[in-house]
Amino acid sequence: MITDLFSTTVLIGILASGIRLATPYLYAAIGETFSQKSGVLNLGVEGQMLIGSFAAFYVAFTTGNLWLGLLVAMIVGALMGLVMAFVTVNLHAQQGISGIGFYLFGLGLSDLLFQRLIGNVETIKGFEKIYIPGLSDIPGIGQILFNQNILVYGAYLLVPLAWFVLNKTTLGLKIRAVGENPDAADSLGVSVARVRYFTIVLGGALSGIAGASLSIALLNVFQQNMTSGLGFIAVALVYFGAWKPVGVLGGALLFSMVNSLQLWIQVLGIPIPSDIAVMMPYVLTILVLVATVSRVRAPSALTKPFERDE
Amino acid sequence: MKKISLFVTFILALALALSACGAPAEPAVEEPAATEAPAEATEAAATEAAPAEPFRVAVVMPSTINDLAFGQSMYDALVRVQEEMGGPDAFEFVYSESMFVVDDAAAAIRDYATQDFDLIIAHGSQYGSSLQEIAPDFPDTSFAWGTTVDTFGLPNVFAYEAASHEGGYVNGVIAASLSKSNVIGVVGPIETGDAKLYVDGFKAGVTATNPDITVNVNYIGSFSDVALASEAATTHIAAGADVLTGSAQMVTGAIGKADEAGVLWLGTQSSQASLAPSIVVATQVFHWEVVLMEIIALVNEGTLGGQSFEINLENGGEVIEFNDGYALPDEVKTLAETTVQGIIDGSVTFTLP
Repeated sequence: MITDLFSTTVLIGILASGIRLATPYLYAAIGETFSQKSGVLNLGVEGQMLIGSFAAFYVAFTTGNLWLGLLVAMIVGALMGLVMAFVTVNLHAQQGISGIGFYLFGLGLSDLLFQRLIGNVETIKGFEKIYIPGLSDIPGIGQILFNQNILVYGAYLLVPLAWFVLNKTTLGLKIRAVGENPDAADSLGVSVARVRYFTIVLGGALSGIAGASLSIALLNVFQQNMTSGLGFIAVALVYFGAWKPVGVLGGALLFSMVNSLQLWIQVLGIPIPSDIAVMMPYVLTILVLVATVSRVRAPSALTKPFERDE
Repeated sequence: MKKISLFVTFILALALALSACGAPAEPAVEEPAATEAPAEATEAAATEAAPAEPFRVAVVMPSTINDLAFGQSMYDALVRVQEEMGGPDAFEFVYSESMFVVDDAAAAIRDYATQDFDLIIAHGSQYGSSLQEIAPDFPDTSFAWGTTVDTFGLPNVFAYEAASHEGGYVNGVIAASLSKSNVIGVVGPIETGDAKLYVDGFKAGVTATNPDITVNVNYIGSFSDVALASEAATTHIAAGADVLTGSAQMVTGAIGKADEAGVLWLGTQSSQASLAPSIVVATQVFHWEVVLMEIIALVNEGTLGGQSFEINLENGGEVIEFNDGYALPDEVKTLAETTVQGIIDGSVTFTLP
């Protein structure tokens, strides 16, 4: 039975599932990387994802326009980010607690709107898989990488883009400076508040897309609490990835691949109790984290509100 | 550095708990909306002399009234009871949904108990120990708890459960008759309770019909992770399955994938035909009103509890509902109907693992 795991069908199945499962994590965790790099821990990701997920679904459901749904998801995610930014930057609220508050707000509001505006679990036609001539036909690799919808491709393109912005642009330098030493950045004329507003709003918009990737691309359905903890895993992946987009990619892929592996383990009848199987991705992620944690250094100003010394 | 790993471990644990348990408490903003009685049955006003006081029921449930699964099965049953009893003048009900946090559910149950309801339904096996604690404090109020057979020996607690393995068996027979690839996939939540009972019955039905068929079972460890349920279905399809089934509210994700791939689906708890009209073959629908009517009659006579009830194929509490949108071959439908008859009259028997 164990040898069944190494057949081509199974390997392609595991890898292609893993690529899809990692998609929402990537959007949310890259967004979170930006906010944490600037010193703000946003625990409200899950709530922003739920709102984005609902908004995208509702717009696509009523208008039939998926792109409009995606845009609205981005906007409502960004708006939630804006409120979060006001609460953490201007009001200096404790970030962990207010983040949990935003999560609960998003959970409740998305469910309330769903009950009032749609009422039943419905399905829509979401973004379809895109066939790329040549690439999609490559045996194996084509099925794994190039047989996905547009939002899956977008998630993976976001990784180098985020790396570039964070490491090769002035904006990235400002973000890192604000997260490492806000006093120094401030004295050099960088507006700490503006940079943090930018990263939190960006994080919100990306969380909105993460939610939309579920409701109008991967699952094409909305139901109550459908993110089911994904947003919190995304926050953990930022730590796992040591605040680097590539690290986040590695973490998201590891977690998702092990998750799709455990699905196959059960399907192939390999005698591991299902309770143990479903724990595998979590346990493995913690193990890798423990093994590599010594090299990790968080942005120095993470979770610390900035107040200019008078 | 220790702090970071501790924090991340905490977050992962939280995520695991969330994904396993579904929705935590809703913020207060939801409350007034969630607890008001539904309006749709108002026009069915009582024509005959209704009792002076309506029979009042409150229900607390872990998921939502429109989850196409466990929660909806109770809500639909209450609506049918209301119709049967002659509208809101004779029968009133309120509900608290999304009560996955047992503490919140316990508080809601206690609140209802102080408010003079005739019957309070704790619709979730996880509410048992809370009910055991609360019920003795309100000896004049009747409580019902499902799915279970345990009334704790309390005189004011009824227990109810579903023989979901019976409909599961019938679904298994249908699935085995329709499968051409001889591979069938099951997407389950957590390997326990009603879901396990259904899946075990389903497997027995498949094996009895065609022992050569492989049934692959996947428990995803969550009642709410739609994304993982969807990938589980994709996995089954990649493994060659051409008929799928599954239990609990996260299967909507799996039904979507089945629909895309043109793979057949058999449902349980509430009708799921609306979600994918072309591939849903049949659903085992729970009709809790069978049990509720009995309980209500007992309460009206002054018996507040101490008995346990079961819905099954025989008493009409479980009905195999065929989806008109799917053209089921006549011989399969006949086979399904004879199987239902056989389970009722005892000529079809099977053992669960």
